[in-house]
Amino acid sequence: MHWLFEPGIWSNAAVRTGTGVGVVVAAVSALVGLFTVVRSQSFAGHALADVATAGGAGAGLFGFSPLGGFVIGSLLGAGAMEAIGVERVRQRDVATGIVLGGATGLSALFLYLITLNSSRTGSTQSILFGSLFSVSNSSFVLISALSLVVILALGALGRPLLLTSVSPDAARARGVAVRRVALAYTLLMAVTVGLSAIVIGSVLSTALLIGPPAAALRLGRRLGASLVMAVVLGALAVVAGVVASYDSYYWWPSHRALPVSFCVVTMVVVELIVTSALARRAGARDASGRA
Amino acid sequence: MFSSFMANAWIVGTLVALLAGATGFFVVLRGSSFAAHAIPNGAFAGAAGAALVGVTPLVGLVGFAVVASLGIGASRRHRSDVATAIALVMMLALGAAFLSLSAAYEPQVEALLFGEILGVSTTSILPVVVIASLCALALAVMYRPLLFNAAAPDLATVRGLDPRRLEMGFMLTLALGAALTVPVVGALLTFSLTVGPPAAARLVTRRPLSALVASMFLSAATLWASIAASYQSNLPVGFFVGTLSAVVYVLARLSCAWRRRRA
Repeated sequence: MHWLFEPGIWSNAAVRTGTGVGVVVAAVSALVGLFTVVRSQSFAGHALADVATAGGAGAGLFGFSPLGGFVIGSLLGAGAMEAIGVERVRQRDVATGIVLGGATGLSALFLYLITLNSSRTGSTQSILFGSLFSVSNSSFVLISALSLVVILALGALGRPLLLTSVSPDAARARGVAVRRVALAYTLLMAVTVGLSAIVIGSVLSTALLIGPPAAALRLGRRLGASLVMAVVLGALAVVAGVVASYDSYYWWPSHRALPVSFCVVTMVVVELIVTSALARRAGARDASGRA
Repeated sequence: MFSSFMANAWIVGTLVALLAGATGFFVVLRGSSFAAHAIPNGAFAGAAGAALVGVTPLVGLVGFAVVASLGIGASRRHRSDVATAIALVMMLALGAAFLSLSAAYEPQVEALLFGEILGVSTTSILPVVVIASLCALALAVMYRPLLFNAAAPDLATVRGLDPRRLEMGFMLTLALGAALTVPVVGALLTFSLTVGPPAAARLVTRRPLSALVASMFLSAATLWASIAASYQSNLPVGFFVGTLSAVVYVLARLSCAWRRRRA
């Protein structure tokens, strides 16, 4: 049975810490990401992760704290996108693209210099694809604290954010400062993405930001239920991904485990497929009930 | 810098840049930067998969880029940005899994992500020429429909233009182009070349044909300058492609603002 569920998995401290951090980050990403999906800002959300990578690589090169590098890089990226202009949708697309392109150029330089100056290998892959199991206990506390701040800020933005996301025109008519709410939300998204990019890599960061909320939105449109559902789906994907990755050691005679990032992303995609099948069945039942 | 072993880099680089400039013009016009970012990453996964199984990289590059583009193009009905994001992370995760299963060396990984233009061999020139011509032909055929669709989507549909088929055709062209560009400038920076110079060109001129030509020229100039700078400084070519693309755009923005102030 050990190829399906290795009994010793939770006795390993690195696995416990990694899973804990993963679940915290998945929960924050799901809460923030629900608005990203509703606002159609997936591209910006993903781009911020890549910008955060440049920050993290820069921190690694100059010897700053990596968490600071990731979060500050991502915040600077959000500021640059705002500066280029995000008023119209197509302009937003180009602004995001330019910032993303420039930031990847910087990552290329930083990662090259890191591999040149150190005998360590694998830093490129660990920065890009992350590794849940290498998170230390002290950063767990820091990450949880920052996550709490993000959740409180999201709660403070609350109703104006929801209103501007669902109907910007109605929000403007009611006197909500749409631009300012958008800026505040983008900065919040930047911190979230920076946090998750350092823990699980820029690849997984987008998966957890977009996947679980999109899946939750297919099941129902009520805000509270969707938020809870998104958090549950995100946490589930992380735990299932960790277990699968741990067990995959036994799947091949070569004993090469699959990367955690890959397993978690696969779980997210499975969730999306299942929820969209459920939504389609519910839609078909509705149609036949009406006929 | 112009010695014989660099000749391939210049030839292939120029072709790739001209193609990126041409496709990029439509990418900026249609607002499909996200797809243009996601598809090269599909090509990256394909190259990693091909290395694992042991077939020619080009097969993996084209195959996976096409699969990614079909996935994005097919789900146009729903929220296309969510579909694009999911296709993107799935491809990147697959690439990471392939790499860790095949235990590739770090320089190989970096070459796929950030490009290795000096490693272009003579045998890779022919496929590049063939695929680049195919893409150019496809763009020439779609030139008027794409412009029409971007300028007046409803009118174009009424006149019998199927927007979904057009989108599919454009995505496939993007995929073929990406398969070509990824080994040269890397998965992450194919994108820079497809957005920076074309967005700059659109700012400089409003006439479509001259913007297209300007975009191709700016893109080629960016890559030439990057190859030269990379050769002189020994720094990765991707760094120069990424930052110079952004610099070109910022310069165009500044010159635009300056002209408006004077007028």
